[in-house]
Amino acid sequence: MFGNLDFDVIRRALPYLFYEGMTFTLTLTGLAALGGLVFGTALALMRLSGFKILGRIAGVYVDFMRSLPLVLVIFWFYFLVPYIGQWLTGASRPISVGAFASSLITFIMFEAAYFSEIMRAGIQSISRGQPAAASALGLTYAQTMRYVVLPQAFRNMLPVLITQTIVLFQDTSLVYVLSITDFLGAASKVAQRDGRLVEMYLFAAVVYFTISCIASFGVRRLQARIAIIR
Amino acid sequence: MIEISHVNKWYTPSFQVLTDCTTSVTKGEVVVVCGPSGSGKSTLIKCVNALEPFQSGDILVDGTKVNDPKTNLPKLRSRVGMVFQHFELFPHLKIIDNLCLAQEKVLGRPHDKSVTKGMQLLERVGLKEQAQKFPAQLSGGQQQRVAIARALAMDPIVMLFDEPTSALDPEMVSEVLDVMVDLAREGMTMMVVTHEMGFARKVANRVIFMDRGEIVEDAPKDDFFGKPRSDRAQKFLSKILSH
Ligand SMILES: Nc1ncnc2c1ncn2[C@@H]1O[C@H](COP(=O)(O)OP(=O)(O)O)[C@@H](O)[C@H]1O
Ligand SMILES: [Mg+2]
Repeated sequence: MFGNLDFDVIRRALPYLFYEGMTFTLTLTGLAALGGLVFGTALALMRLSGFKILGRIAGVYVDFMRSLPLVLVIFWFYFLVPYIGQWLTGASRPISVGAFASSLITFIMFEAAYFSEIMRAGIQSISRGQPAAASALGLTYAQTMRYVVLPQAFRNMLPVLITQTIVLFQDTSLVYVLSITDFLGAASKVAQRDGRLVEMYLFAAVVYFTISCIASFGVRRLQARIAIIR
Repeated sequence: MIEISHVNKWYTPSFQVLTDCTTSVTKGEVVVVCGPSGSGKSTLIKCVNALEPFQSGDILVDGTKVNDPKTNLPKLRSRVGMVFQHFELFPHLKIIDNLCLAQEKVLGRPHDKSVTKGMQLLERVGLKEQAQKFPAQLSGGQQQRVAIARALAMDPIVMLFDEPTSALDPEMVSEVLDVMVDLAREGMTMMVVTHEMGFARKVANRVIFMDRGEIVEDAPKDDFFGKPRSDRAQKFLSKILSH
């Protein structure tokens, strides 16, 4: 069966696969993780703020996002955002935002729901004596969060945050529904063009697997180090 | 310096943590608070810098009413140093940064001035060499001395201690008490929750005995150790002095 496979097609497609595809995938992963972390931390702070209404809003948002399949969110968001933009700005025509911006916003909003739960657990893992000590020194609530609680929560949760980012890295391949050229999209285009489906999809799988594996290994090393510091 | 008058606090109406507590600490005075565990000592001392709210009564610190909603609490707290049972150093910051954080963010001191001040205080508590380490690399006694230095870095007008030595291994208690004794002898106003009666005998002006949320006894040191008036204080004293 493997007799008539042509693995040279991969070598010839490498520049395209990595310069275009992988660059897009990594950019999307990185920006979405960063945005999701910031937005997610804000959601976590809302939930822990003690203001009931804020907490409820954040809670409903998180539950809503977590009960939808990601593909649907990507898909609907892409088609809805232009109309939402039109409605918000009162423009006469739908506002086109482009596939990249649309998918980035979608991933940030979607990942924020997951990151917020991680950061919430991280904040709750800090003993109450820490914010008490910070307050006793005269730090305001915001300063206590910024300089004492969040850095520790982030540090304690770093392995989980990275693990979630690995999942995100794999999930970004779902942007194929918008015919975007991410890594998988690039591989699939070459596969269609050259009629080399088996080779290209096999190669794509190996690449995703390798990167995720290396990252997971890094997480385990990190976990061991954090365990020693604490 | 600290005026506590008729303070009541409860978590549920049937569970009163503080009942009509009234006392005061004047400038330069060292007041030791003791009593059985669960008697409300920590709660009372935390009311002084409003880390704990209370339902009725008043507390004044240097003339500022702690329980007034208009009071700028961060500002007030920055002038009241507090040392906790479990040190509560910030584990993600180096020792010197533990000392600088509030100086810079609360008092607005420039970084180099905070570092200079921090190093002076570390030297004073005998820990200058540890400045670049993280809290987890220090022993309990060292951590507590850093915590005292961190509070002093804010130039407090009064220092509160909540059982500063009770989480320490016995051999480390004296290094922390020595620092506190020096502080008392330099005239710092101090309110100290502790069972270290040796410390009380050495530097306290007054001793307060609490039981079940009430201030049962509030007497000059010599009177307290000479002949406590209440049965409960006598029992308590004989218990902790017997070992
Ligand atoms: N958050 C809380 N909710 C309910 N009860 C509490 C809370 N914090 C403290 N208590 C109770 O208040 C009482 C006084 O506690 P505390 O001031 O810590 O005593 P002490 O420091 O003298 O050992 C104890 O009975 C304790 O169980
Ligand atoms: Mg206590």
